[in-house]
Amino acid sequence: MNAPALSGAVAPLLDVERLTIAAVGPDGRPRPVLTDVGLRLLPGEAIGIVGESGCGKSTLGLALLGYLRPGLTRVAGHVRFAGQDLFAPDAPLEQMRGRQIAFVPQNAAAALTPGMTIGQQLDEALRLHTGAERASRRETALALLADLQLTDPAVIVGRYPHELSGGQQQRCVLGLALAGDPRVLVLDEPTTALDAATQAGVLEALRRTGERRGIAMVYISHNFGVVARNCDRVAVMYAGELVETGATPRLLRSPAHPYTRGLLASLPSIRRPGLPAAMPGTPPAPGVAGLGCRFAPRCPHAAPECARHPELSQAGPGASVRCHFPDPPAAAAAARDGRDRRPGEALLEVAGLGFTYGQGGYLGRLLGRPTARRTLDDLSFTLRAGETLGVVGESGSGKSTLLRLLLGLQRPEIGSARLADEDLTLPLARRPLELRRQIQIVFQNPGGTLNPRQTIADIIESPLRLYFPALAAQARRRRAIELLDQVRLGAHHLARYPEQLSGGEKQRVAIARALAAEPRLILCDEVTSALDVSVQAAILQLLDRVQAETGAALILVSHDIAVVRAVADRVVVLHEGRICEAGAAVEVFGSPSHPYTATLLANSFDPEAPAPEDPLPFVPNLAPLLPLTGADP
Amino acid sequence: MVTAEPGADAADSASHPPAGQRRAVLARLLARPSGRIGLALVLFHIALAMLSPLIVPYDAAAQGLDAFDAPSAAHWLGTDQLGRDVLSRTMLGSRELLSVTAQAAGAAILWGGAAGILLGLAGGLIDDLALRVVDAFLGIPSLLFLLLIAFAFRGSTEIVVPAFGFFYGLPVLRIARAATRGVRDADYVTAARLRGESAFHMLWAEIRPNVADVILVEGAMEWSWMILAFSSLSFLGLGVQPPTPDWGQMVADARGYLTIAPWAAAAPCAALVSLVVGLNFLSDALGKALGIDAIRAPR
Repeated sequence: MNAPALSGAVAPLLDVERLTIAAVGPDGRPRPVLTDVGLRLLPGEAIGIVGESGCGKSTLGLALLGYLRPGLTRVAGHVRFAGQDLFAPDAPLEQMRGRQIAFVPQNAAAALTPGMTIGQQLDEALRLHTGAERASRRETALALLADLQLTDPAVIVGRYPHELSGGQQQRCVLGLALAGDPRVLVLDEPTTALDAATQAGVLEALRRTGERRGIAMVYISHNFGVVARNCDRVAVMYAGELVETGATPRLLRSPAHPYTRGLLASLPSIRRPGLPAAMPGTPPAPGVAGLGCRFAPRCPHAAPECARHPELSQAGPGASVRCHFPDPPAAAAAARDGRDRRPGEALLEVAGLGFTYGQGGYLGRLLGRPTARRTLDDLSFTLRAGETLGVVGESGSGKSTLLRLLLGLQRPEIGSARLADEDLTLPLARRPLELRRQIQIVFQNPGGTLNPRQTIADIIESPLRLYFPALAAQARRRRAIELLDQVRLGAHHLARYPEQLSGGEKQRVAIARALAAEPRLILCDEVTSALDVSVQAAILQLLDRVQAETGAALILVSHDIAVVRAVADRVVVLHEGRICEAGAAVEVFGSPSHPYTATLLANSFDPEAPAPEDPLPFVPNLAPLLPLTGADP
Repeated sequence: MVTAEPGADAADSASHPPAGQRRAVLARLLARPSGRIGLALVLFHIALAMLSPLIVPYDAAAQGLDAFDAPSAAHWLGTDQLGRDVLSRTMLGSRELLSVTAQAAGAAILWGGAAGILLGLAGGLIDDLALRVVDAFLGIPSLLFLLLIAFAFRGSTEIVVPAFGFFYGLPVLRIARAATRGVRDADYVTAARLRGESAFHMLWAEIRPNVADVILVEGAMEWSWMILAFSSLSFLGLGVQPPTPDWGQMVADARGYLTIAPWAAAAPCAALVSLVVGLNFLSDALGKALGIDAIRAPR
């Protein structure tokens, strides 16, 4: 947090002025994607751009480099870098991109060429940007990686991208972006794909590098945690407009715009249990917003005045807000309900479960190869009907393997697992239909969970047809509508295809499909990690309510400890395949007894924590450098 | 729960179910010159084959007194060595060809598609072994087998159609298998597998809709190869039998008189070329319109 004082004395490095960008639809009518955006970035400053998907964050980020995605046109406004208009026809963009302004795309791992070592790729970037001698290029590359706090840069430069963990890949991509020694770095969702501890490490490395080299940073994220850690100022975007800007600590502590309040309230808290408040609705599609306040349809405080479009107005020093009623109403504090559930009979009993990937085989043992480390080791827990078990851990901790064992996709090496009277160590092929019915899963990725060529009706009726063959076609349709109703979708969704649904709606359909089987145990594999926080809150509420209605037991696997805290009655913390802490959620989170749990808690974002001048403590990741072949299967 | 749980919004996404998608594919197909030309040529040939018995100027078998007549007002494309009208014979000459190869293409798509999907789903040893057998067949030019079969059962469509269908279904099988492996590990397939759905449900409801485009385009391509191969058989006298007129047979008959009556060979040749080129254009443009032109299984 190294920004110079927010004064007019310093000339801005990047100056966005009344920028309006539109997509031209098939009917030739321009639909504004960005409207009248104004933003200034001072040298060395770090700002965050926050909002839900579809609010124009990425479009703005690319526009900072003078780039528009195909189909978009600049209608009005300017982007100036040190006085140079980036949209001027003669702008020397080739000289500027990479050397003055660099961009790190969303899926950074895909930005690495799989067939070249990290060293070769860095060398190429350095040659292109600096034209230095080979030996000095190598030195620069090593220094860059060391700056980004990669342990052992000399080893890393010799490796190929697939030999690195997600966090290491991310740092290498950042190294590539820094190779041209830019003055501004634009990061699009820089850590979204990483788990909490890795995320904290990468952000810390970024912050330090930015400070040391005096680079101005623009963080684009839907996650306030990223922004809170590293940014001096935050700009909140909604439907292509800035709705609130201000210094990070003030904005987090007393948000003025109801949208900002809603986003913050939908973050699950690591401080106390209970569900976060969800914001109703979704952002409007480009060009659909009405003439009035664009947030009014979702705003809990909408009043007749909101039919008039509010201007962005001053709200204290260096802060502005686009709302007719910017004072936070007292009642807006989101209520979080405590949970009161009476658990039933023991349903799932797991004892001494162990599993190893790639067991080396007979030949391996003959040749005396070392046996692989257990992916899961000595796992025991009991889950009662109506209870929610949260399983927390980083990637590679064995969370997914546990689910695969329970589903029968893998057979445990040792140990037992029983669902009531049924043996769960049976492989999938030998499980009776009735047992399969009782265990249902909801997957992580909303994009892949539904068959793109089936209608929602087909998708929900498949399990009904399979498990309840006695249902006639009409009764089946009625049941499907009931299920859609249960996940807060309507009968009009029946004829739609998945591509016509949003990510949150797809997850709702996936939950309805699981519920169709009337299961006793529902497995949720990171079901909200691909969703915006506002949608995540709604899905968590849905899961909680559905569980109360059906009395099913729930296993919720997540790397986000706050998500688990929000819904779980009991928690299992997994680290490298072993349970390092288990117990009632209140106890585990209230007074963690294992240092790893404490690490996870410390690396989680907490909007209520006093963050301003003292940066969040960074606790190093306990996991050592990933072994070459030890990636999470 | 104190907070009202938001229902997912209703007023989004303009509905465009399959009918709309099909229209969009057709529009993209017609946006390409190759799509327009291909579709026009193929439709022209199919229409001509269906209507030719009603509109031909002469009986195809009727022999006249004037052999080797050059094109004239009476015989637009001249006459052949027996004085038969070349135009009439060319118009009728695709009926048997199209009928046999269309049936065989249907058989190839059905069996190749189904077997490919099942192998792709099964994976493992069965997949490996079956694929080696397929490779062995693909390693030998299928025309050799087809020649042998056609020679043994001369002119019998009951044998020729399944034989063509089998051999030209092999590439379809490879394509279907490759496409299936692309979606096999999708979560929705895993979900269906975990539910315990039958093999038929997996094949028909989960996989088929996702690979049908690829199979269809490959099937259209195989159809054009079949037309060439079947015409070759007819040229050798092993395909369509006289007196039914056929392009391959016409070329074979006329090739001895190329210097005297080039039109008698040129007309069926031109017709055959335009049909095959049209089908190739069409399948190529269809693939691009469906967005799958990049998919091509190893041969």
